[in-house]
Amino acid sequence: MEEYQGVWVFIEQSEGEIAGVSLELLGAGRQLADKLEVSLAGVLLGDNVRELSTQVIGHGADIVYMIDDPVLKYYRTESYMKGVNYLAQKYKPEIFLYGATPNGKDLASAVATDLSTGLTADTTMLDVDVEKRLLEASRPAFGGNIMATILCKKNRPQMATVRPKVIKALPFDGVRMGEVVDETIDLREEDMRTKVLEIVKDVTKTASLADAHVIVCGGKGMGDLEGFKLIHELADTIGASVGGTRDVIEAGWLPHELQIGQTGETVTPKIYFAIGLSGAIQHVVGMKNSELIIAINKDPNSPIFEAATYGIVGDAFEVVPKLIEQFKQIRVKQGGEVSYV
Amino acid sequence: MHIVVCVKQVPDTKIIKINPKTNTLDRRSAPAILNPYDAHAVQEAVRLKSILGTGKISVLSMGPPQATEVIKKCIEIGADEGYLISDRAFAGADTLATSYALSKALEKIASVEPIDLVICGKHAIDGDTGQVGPGIARRLDIPPVTNVIEVSEINSNDRTILVKRKLSNGYELVRVNMPCLLTVEKEINKIEYSPLPNMLKAARYKSNIWSVSDLGEVNIAQLGLKGSPTVVGKMFTPPKLEGGKVLEGTSDEQVSQLMDVLLEQKELLNVK
Repeated sequence: MEEYQGVWVFIEQSEGEIAGVSLELLGAGRQLADKLEVSLAGVLLGDNVRELSTQVIGHGADIVYMIDDPVLKYYRTESYMKGVNYLAQKYKPEIFLYGATPNGKDLASAVATDLSTGLTADTTMLDVDVEKRLLEASRPAFGGNIMATILCKKNRPQMATVRPKVIKALPFDGVRMGEVVDETIDLREEDMRTKVLEIVKDVTKTASLADAHVIVCGGKGMGDLEGFKLIHELADTIGASVGGTRDVIEAGWLPHELQIGQTGETVTPKIYFAIGLSGAIQHVVGMKNSELIIAINKDPNSPIFEAATYGIVGDAFEVVPKLIEQFKQIRVKQGGEVSYV
Repeated sequence: MHIVVCVKQVPDTKIIKINPKTNTLDRRSAPAILNPYDAHAVQEAVRLKSILGTGKISVLSMGPPQATEVIKKCIEIGADEGYLISDRAFAGADTLATSYALSKALEKIASVEPIDLVICGKHAIDGDTGQVGPGIARRLDIPPVTNVIEVSEINSNDRTILVKRKLSNGYELVRVNMPCLLTVEKEINKIEYSPLPNMLKAARYKSNIWSVSDLGEVNIAQLGLKGSPTVVGKMFTPPKLEGGKVLEGTSDEQVSQLMDVLLEQKELLNVK
């Protein structure tokens, strides 16, 4: 196992744009590599991606392992897996991190199977036991208000997918130096069993939550679909986006893409309203990095108050209508529709 | 067309309770259900079979003997045949060992009747990993397409299917050769009411139950706990967040204090 050395990050890119989570992982990987006193490498696959290596190095990598090939234009499990497996078998990293995105999870699952190694899904905290050289990948354990640290003691590389937006990226450093290792493998389009015909960007759905400055999120404390209308009403009044907890999505009060939490979106708005939700850890990991968190809940012991900047212990059905009323009065005072922007 | 759907019995996370003393899951408190994503996977198989007008749907699960209950549920939805692999040797399996055991069972099913399509749910709600489906595809050396939100077309002549795959910021259209493996999102379909004949069939259905010895050549070291590279190192309560200020007083006073806070941020609000 001693032959396995170094920390790797899979650099996910689409049409020449690096995914935010990959830059975040370079920040996290940098810390792990420094603790272990090894180098940090980014693994960059794609078509015409050479220029992106500057960004990978500028955000913390010492080495970029690159395979630049037209067959890698779009992400496909079979071609990307082949490339990544080749690199991992040749250079033998001890730790290998991927973003917990659809493509990152897909790739990591295939690579872990081929390398017969352990893979921890949807990690939200990373650390290393320096002495044992063990990656400590922690994630919320299902249902409960508890985290589990997963270890992979006997197999290498130790792999994990990591949730977007739980770690901050390092600022870009234009003078950082690094090495680009160019590799080629034998990839033929005619061998591929999948073809990507078209990528359709849909900015109206998930992106609206990911980019929102203000989010109003409701939980099952809103009672039913009728009660949940109050969440929409507040959001409409202040020009915010609406989100829901896992319970709310399971109950069908909101579509899946508006779920916030471990299995939904991770969000970091400027203002986050958490209303009628208890703050289960699987929800909190998806919103705790918001700048200003306002919680409204009847139960003073709800864990959401620990995450909140300001808490109101009270009935949402009493507090929220009053809040809406206050905003409406502002509008009246200032005469008609007012935008502060 | 032979479609095999891999399914899992899971505790109903909507109902499950946490033991406040140990902070662990009280599994007895929750009824066991068919993983909701897997229900959509079975439903999609039923939809495809009805479009093609022909075909067979098998379901495969791994778990304790009582997991035959979720296979019955799949028969209700419209599956034709059910297989459960159940053995102490499978216990404690992580995703790597699980995909190994399931792929061995799939090979056995395929040896009798070749498989054209494997469908799995996107993930199981008790583990949330989504790693077993792609792992099975790798072991069977068939192409996977994960996070599918629509099967748009099945072309039996050139044996390809066209699917929409969900991405972080939209979707992609992918054409894939069969045999292949899909993992499906919930939005792929709506669960239909089961027709009465299915209910009757399910009520008296006896699943095929296989132990390790039924699976042919299997490397025991790759099964269960022994075959699982990952272990839970420790469980802990997350570092407590500091928490902020609790706004005191009557609801009017609370709202008024909150308005003071919010109006400091008013450039972010678009009051209508």
